[in-house]
Amino acid sequence: MCTVVPISLTVGANRIVPTVAIPHPLGNPALTKEEEKDIRRKLLNKALNALSTEVSEQTVFE
Amino acid sequence: MEKLRAVHYINQFFAQIGGEEKADHKPEAREGFVGPGMAFNAEFSGKAEIVGTVICGDSYFNENLEMATKEVLAMIKSFKPDLVIAGPAFNAGRYGMACGTVASAVKKELGIPAITGMYIENPGADSFKKEVYIIETKNSAAGMRDAVKAMVPFALKLAAGEKIGASAEEGYIPNGIRVNFFEKKRGSERAVEMLLAKLSGKPFTTEFPMPDFDRVEPNPAVKDVSKATIALVTSGGIVPKGNPDHIESSSASKYGKYDIDGIFDLTDATYETAHGGYDPVYANQDADRVLPVDILREFEKEGKIGKLHRYYYTTTGNGTAVASAKAFAEKIGKELAADGVDAVILTST
Repeated sequence: MCTVVPISLTVGANRIVPTVAIPHPLGNPALTKEEEKDIRRKLLNKALNALSTEVSEQTVFE
Repeated sequence: MEKLRAVHYINQFFAQIGGEEKADHKPEAREGFVGPGMAFNAEFSGKAEIVGTVICGDSYFNENLEMATKEVLAMIKSFKPDLVIAGPAFNAGRYGMACGTVASAVKKELGIPAITGMYIENPGADSFKKEVYIIETKNSAAGMRDAVKAMVPFALKLAAGEKIGASAEEGYIPNGIRVNFFEKKRGSERAVEMLLAKLSGKPFTTEFPMPDFDRVEPNPAVKDVSKATIALVTSGGIVPKGNPDHIESSSASKYGKYDIDGIFDLTDATYETAHGGYDPVYANQDADRVLPVDILREFEKEGKIGKLHRYYYTTTGNGTAVASAKAFAEKIGKELAADGVDAVILTST
């Protein structure tokens, strides 16, 4: 899970989930605590989906 | 000036003794040049002369490393050389390891200048590039002429004790030592020239080559996430407050492993980031923004995942050498596998 997807592609990650921002990949201080948690939940659901999806090459899970 | 005495180390193949079937050939010394030594001798054009050649089979050398090195070294010494050339080995792996071992032992134990030559991907190149000068060659013996032309002047220079320039000027495989020099053009000018060349599709040489990143086959998918143990690993530097293991804020030399048993939320009183490469304010306020322990605990409770692994691993990713990261990953990966972890979520900043 990362914000700068081109770096993850360069270093060879196979399952990539794009995130919010460099200093807070899984949160957003502009939102309320609950809204932030909601973002985190959604991103982690994507990550679980990525982990349970077969891939044959580097894949970005938008 | 007196002619320098050179000794040449080659394998059974280049000595025309035989191929793979003769790879167990024991060390042997012969007067004068053998095989490719003829080309070296000619290129020396009177400044040096190959007075002896030491030959050893590649399998024999690598299977009896310690003894073979000793035997070869004694034979080389008996010729009283001023200079030793090993190979070139091109892309032959065992020959490359032998050439690297011989050249570095000659340098270290006999104190005599020694060089070798190899293709960049020869495993011997990576193993010995920091110990001896390895002139970069093509990947097969078809590159012998070029190799001789590059190795001879370099060897003479080294033997004469002259100043050795940067790898790009001299043709040796970069050995990690930086050599300062003045460029004729200033940086901005060089950068614009490079950009223009790139835009018009012309070749250009970068002054900052990226490290080579390896590729791994994707792992198969996790069959049932609801039964899986998931571990968290991060390069975002999240550590228990106070950074107990003093993980460096950049160019990390280590990683931390921390127990999160019974931790349901990371707060500003308990966790922070050690990372010096991004604004730490948001991670220090709430480290779940980088290491999402809170939501994974929620998922664990709901049965969405089997469980969150008891330990998380962390380091700071900025400026950290690829070699260090690789070494961390090897250790972390082994532990995670041994602990029965099924999948890892790696967060990076």
